[in-house]
Amino acid sequence: MPNIHLFKVAAPNVAKKAQAGQFVVIRVDEKGERIPLTIADWDREEGSITIVFMEVGTTTHRLALLEAGDFIADFIGPLGLPTHIEKFGTVVCVAGGFAVATIMPIARAMRMEGNRVISIMGARNKSLIFWEGELRSVSDQLIVTTDDGSYARKGLVTEPLKDLLEGDEKINRVIAIGPSIMMKFCAKTTQPFGVKTIVSLNPIMVDGTGMCGCCRVSVGGVTKFACVDGPDFDGHQVDWDLLFARQRIYLDEEKRSFEQWQSQYGTHS
Amino acid sequence: MLKQAPDLRARNFNEVALGYNAKQAQAEASRCIQCPKHPCIDGCPVEINIPGFIKAIRDDDMPEAVRILKDKNSLPGICGRVCPQETQCEAICTLAKRKAPIAIGRLERYVADWERANMKSVSSSVKPTLTGKRVAVVGSGPASLTAAADLAKFGHSVTIFEALHVAGGVLMYGIPEFRLPKEIVQNEVGYVASLGVGLELDSVVGKVVTVDELLSNGYQAVFLAPGAGAPMFLNIPGENFNGIYSANEFLTRVNLMKAYMFPEYDTPVKVGKRVVVIGGGNVAMDSARCALRLGADEVYIIYRRSEVEMPARREEVENAMEEGIQFKLLTNPKSFIGDESGQVKAIELYEMGLGEPDESGRRRPIPKPGTEYIFEIDVAIVALGTRPNPIISSTTKDLETTRWGTILTDEATGKTSKPGVWCGGDMATGAATVISAMGAGKRAATNIDEYLRG
Repeated sequence: MPNIHLFKVAAPNVAKKAQAGQFVVIRVDEKGERIPLTIADWDREEGSITIVFMEVGTTTHRLALLEAGDFIADFIGPLGLPTHIEKFGTVVCVAGGFAVATIMPIARAMRMEGNRVISIMGARNKSLIFWEGELRSVSDQLIVTTDDGSYARKGLVTEPLKDLLEGDEKINRVIAIGPSIMMKFCAKTTQPFGVKTIVSLNPIMVDGTGMCGCCRVSVGGVTKFACVDGPDFDGHQVDWDLLFARQRIYLDEEKRSFEQWQSQYGTHS
Repeated sequence: MLKQAPDLRARNFNEVALGYNAKQAQAEASRCIQCPKHPCIDGCPVEINIPGFIKAIRDDDMPEAVRILKDKNSLPGICGRVCPQETQCEAICTLAKRKAPIAIGRLERYVADWERANMKSVSSSVKPTLTGKRVAVVGSGPASLTAAADLAKFGHSVTIFEALHVAGGVLMYGIPEFRLPKEIVQNEVGYVASLGVGLELDSVVGKVVTVDELLSNGYQAVFLAPGAGAPMFLNIPGENFNGIYSANEFLTRVNLMKAYMFPEYDTPVKVGKRVVVIGGGNVAMDSARCALRLGADEVYIIYRRSEVEMPARREEVENAMEEGIQFKLLTNPKSFIGDESGQVKAIELYEMGLGEPDESGRRRPIPKPGTEYIFEIDVAIVALGTRPNPIISSTTKDLETTRWGTILTDEATGKTSKPGVWCGGDMATGAATVISAMGAGKRAATNIDEYLRG
């Protein structure tokens, strides 16, 4: 699977406390930046946390080069407020791209609480589909989509979502996690139906503990810090344009950093 | 000259203040008349035997000067640089009314720097009898380091829990390299560790472990000093545009993550050509002086009162002015203006007048209607102070907070409403100084020690 990695990290203290929806902040090495990564799974006995990430820039490329036995310099968590789990009735969990890994524990917790869980997972093409079996095992129903139709149902995740909302079964809550644009459109899809939709926002972060305000988002016209007030928020209240704008602030620097890293280490596909 | 020249230092992160050499130190130490009243000791929040260490410098017995100083102050290299001695020991010095007060701060720094350069191992020779009691200290800033050192010297087993990946708290992320070199901070953290204090980095109390869990898992007492680390914003329109930073974020990127060395250190920070810093305290001065060193052409301090009301250390305001930072006083922001891509482009400012004094004793700023104007900027840094971070209070049972969100604390003892839990530093008082945090750490350590001994 190109560029997407699942790492199991030995972090017993974090594993003891981790809950669905929370994240960790990591620093790969001494000169690296701090970045947030959502917790995909945990094993309290084994003392491990599973993270999933895609190679996009310097930090994630550096992280991808680590092998079993290597060390991540800093691994801080569990951060953020856990996803609110309650018996709502029927919950639809929508995962875009590699967020299938991060929605899995949420679907699992919702099902354990007595909800009927319908999961939708979508990716651009067949090669990016993974953890289908894992998500199916914690859902009452699973719908898989690929944008290009190379696997399962052709289309975007919002299409089966809309079908479900228009169908006979009452949907009580939607959880949508994935790229910001995907979460925005899931929220837009559910809005006319008035179904509460929780999204997991992913702004840039530095400390992850609420002390700097880098991760500020606007929800219902009020400024919130994604790291301590979130990362879950009401998708119908999020100022998506602000989120997109604030995610772009360091594009030039990210490019510069990556070019420098590439020239030092050669290209890494 | 005891400072780097302004035009030179405005473009580097090297320490601005240069210390005394031996000759200068001895000359100044000899000026102290060793007066019997020694009011200086009362002016010191940690009660250093000031005449004692000054006499040792004068008599060229440097190891004795180190011993006396470190008996009360575990972080002398830090205090010698950031303590506002001019409003504390030096203000009350017997000579203050005559010629000039003894430069106690500079002498303190001299002793600390001498120790670092000349005494081989940083570790302490103090080996107290162990009590078998365990104390958890939350945070690793000045209050915590001081409390931990004192508690270890009393013989208790201490573990510090620090949320960031390096110890020092505001000493590392807040105060810039050119005011407080990070190597010195780490050296003093090393001294505290050498007393047997354990250090757990990357540990956010309230997340990875709660205070209640610490108390039920083998710690007989907990000292909370996580700082008041949540930034205050202006809450004016446009404040979320790109290019608007809280001072906490800006300084953390620059000082902790070393953004001034990007891309060698991989955390970026923006300055552009024109930066405004809103606020008048030490943090505002630090932010402005960092922005200048990062290459901004013009840096402005925007402050709603006048120069005399600025809470920043006089010395830092002067340093900022010498470096070419400009001051828009009696000025307040109304809104931020941005472009379609979400980038800040300008700030709307208006003028203030000064009326009668308010609760802080300073003249109240009163807006002058109709004086609004637009000022083009690339970056804004909001340095209005910090509020308490709720991570601990929201996850700890029976821990009373004040209406400002700080933890309700008895000033003399550091006791909170929760048995076995003490608090000190910014989380108890709101944003204040390094030395006042150290004083709180000392008082709490004494009280915790009494409690543990039953």
